[in-house]
Amino acid sequence: MILQSFKCNLFNDVAEGEVSGRSLWQEAMLRLRRNKAAMIASAILALLIIAALFLPAFLPYGYEDPDWNAFRAPPSIESGHYFGTDQNGRDLLARTLYGTRVSLLVALVATFVSIVIGVSYGAIAGYMGGRIDQAMMRFVDIMYALPYILFVILLMVIFGRNVYLLFAAIGMLEWLTMARIVRGQTLAIKNREFIEAARASGRSSAAIIFRHIVPNLVGPVVIYAALTVPEIVATESFLSYLGFGVQEPLTSLGTLIAEGSDAMEVLPWLLWFPAAFLVLLLMSLLFIGDGLRDAFDPKDR
Amino acid sequence: MTEAILSIRDLKTHFQTQAAGFLGEKKVIKAVDGVSFDIAPGEVLSLVGESGCGKSTVGRTLTHLEKSTAGQALFDGQDILTLSPAQFRPLRRDIQMIFQDPFASLNPRLTIEQTLGEPLFIHGLAKNWAEARVLIAETLDLVGMAPEVMTRHPHEFSGGQRQRIGIARVMILKPKLVIADEAVSALDVSIQAQVLNLIKKLQRDSGISMLFISHDLGVVRHISDRVAVMYQGEIVEMGTKHEIFENPQHAYTRKLLSAIPRIKTRQVNA
Repeated sequence: MILQSFKCNLFNDVAEGEVSGRSLWQEAMLRLRRNKAAMIASAILALLIIAALFLPAFLPYGYEDPDWNAFRAPPSIESGHYFGTDQNGRDLLARTLYGTRVSLLVALVATFVSIVIGVSYGAIAGYMGGRIDQAMMRFVDIMYALPYILFVILLMVIFGRNVYLLFAAIGMLEWLTMARIVRGQTLAIKNREFIEAARASGRSSAAIIFRHIVPNLVGPVVIYAALTVPEIVATESFLSYLGFGVQEPLTSLGTLIAEGSDAMEVLPWLLWFPAAFLVLLLMSLLFIGDGLRDAFDPKDR
Repeated sequence: MTEAILSIRDLKTHFQTQAAGFLGEKKVIKAVDGVSFDIAPGEVLSLVGESGCGKSTVGRTLTHLEKSTAGQALFDGQDILTLSPAQFRPLRRDIQMIFQDPFASLNPRLTIEQTLGEPLFIHGLAKNWAEARVLIAETLDLVGMAPEVMTRHPHEFSGGQRQRIGIARVMILKPKLVIADEAVSALDVSIQAQVLNLIKKLQRDSGISMLFISHDLGVVRHISDRVAVMYQGEIVEMGTKHEIFENPQHAYTRKLLSAIPRIKTRQVNA
């Protein structure tokens, strides 16, 4: 179904493209649609997102309510606990879906934060050049040198455990690499003649950065962002595993896996299902990122 | 010659190279070292010379893309070199530049309409897109392109078409002085003639003054009224087109002229 609708879109776009002309963005999307692995990955990701958002409402059990009749129940279809239950009798399917929701939310918010900060910072440093560039990038180097776990622990100690703080902390770390990539790309673009043409027609520096440079960074930024998302999901899982992540009864994939690994020998399903979700999520995100890279990279025109 | 639109006196533009290593010495490169010339209204002055002689730097200095080190450039009686970027901004409308590489001079992410509309809004020549589109269509027509191309992106055009769009971006502001930096050098020979004729026609029709920077003497002969020959940051000889091409005085000018490739059939008769 989904693939078919993609095909329809493809043909529609081709038909429209001949009339009005395609932008580089549209051409990249077209190439992405021809990439089978990326399309299958997007379908899986879409399914995961839809399931995480809407499926919990249709489940007979909530993610935090114990089922007093079924503690440590193995997965079974008759009982309605399709993924089994944990030591407290909570339905694992509901918890896994909630965990996916939290992990994805962290990933999206943190990626967004890292794009906004990283792109502006890198583009400004690259375009301004000279001392400003030196000062800005040395600050990034210093931030890089700080061990981020220490940074997160400090934040948690000062402000207390809080999901939003986790978003901010991860975003604050991820923008560093983004800023470096964007600065490098900006250096490559800023001496192109169209930037000089914009200067010659009287554009201000700010307008040149945000109208002429940033749009031309779309390729590398989209690619890197797509590859950042799985990294953030993994980081969140890692922090949750260490106990710095989300708090009970709310859960994330990382927390679930941490709990599952404690009971791996007696209740193996507590590990397998969340781990399978995480792997599916990471794999599909990575394939999409890969597909985006191939779609944007082939020729810089 | 008294009412020159642009009058340059002893212009110098020097660059400092990056120090080699942390404590290395900085070197000064004198790209333009004491250049003086005048351009009368409606006149085309060509600046010729080999690569690296500083001819492009003259143009880039006049449009504030590079900083001048010393000298004066009076445009309509006002010294433009000492102006701050904000003071110079309104003058950018009158002094426009055509760039060399049509593949690099258009932003690949913007449609033609956006590219051409940008200078209009900067200089307040259009208040909204409806007004802008009328002007854009007129200008596209002027450079020999259909108004339908407005919604397209640069990568859909050939080099010659792109250069026409680059010329349209300049002409849309109705400038008084156009600096053409190797405006046809990146094009195919067959397209060169078309674009060159277009530039010449536009220049004549609207009486624009032009500083035409080129290394190609054939092109220069076709378009210019006067020619200045530059060598190592200085002008070694300046005169009307005929003086320079028929009776070159300076040794370097002769060398340059003898380097024009010719088809050899005429030598048989001679």
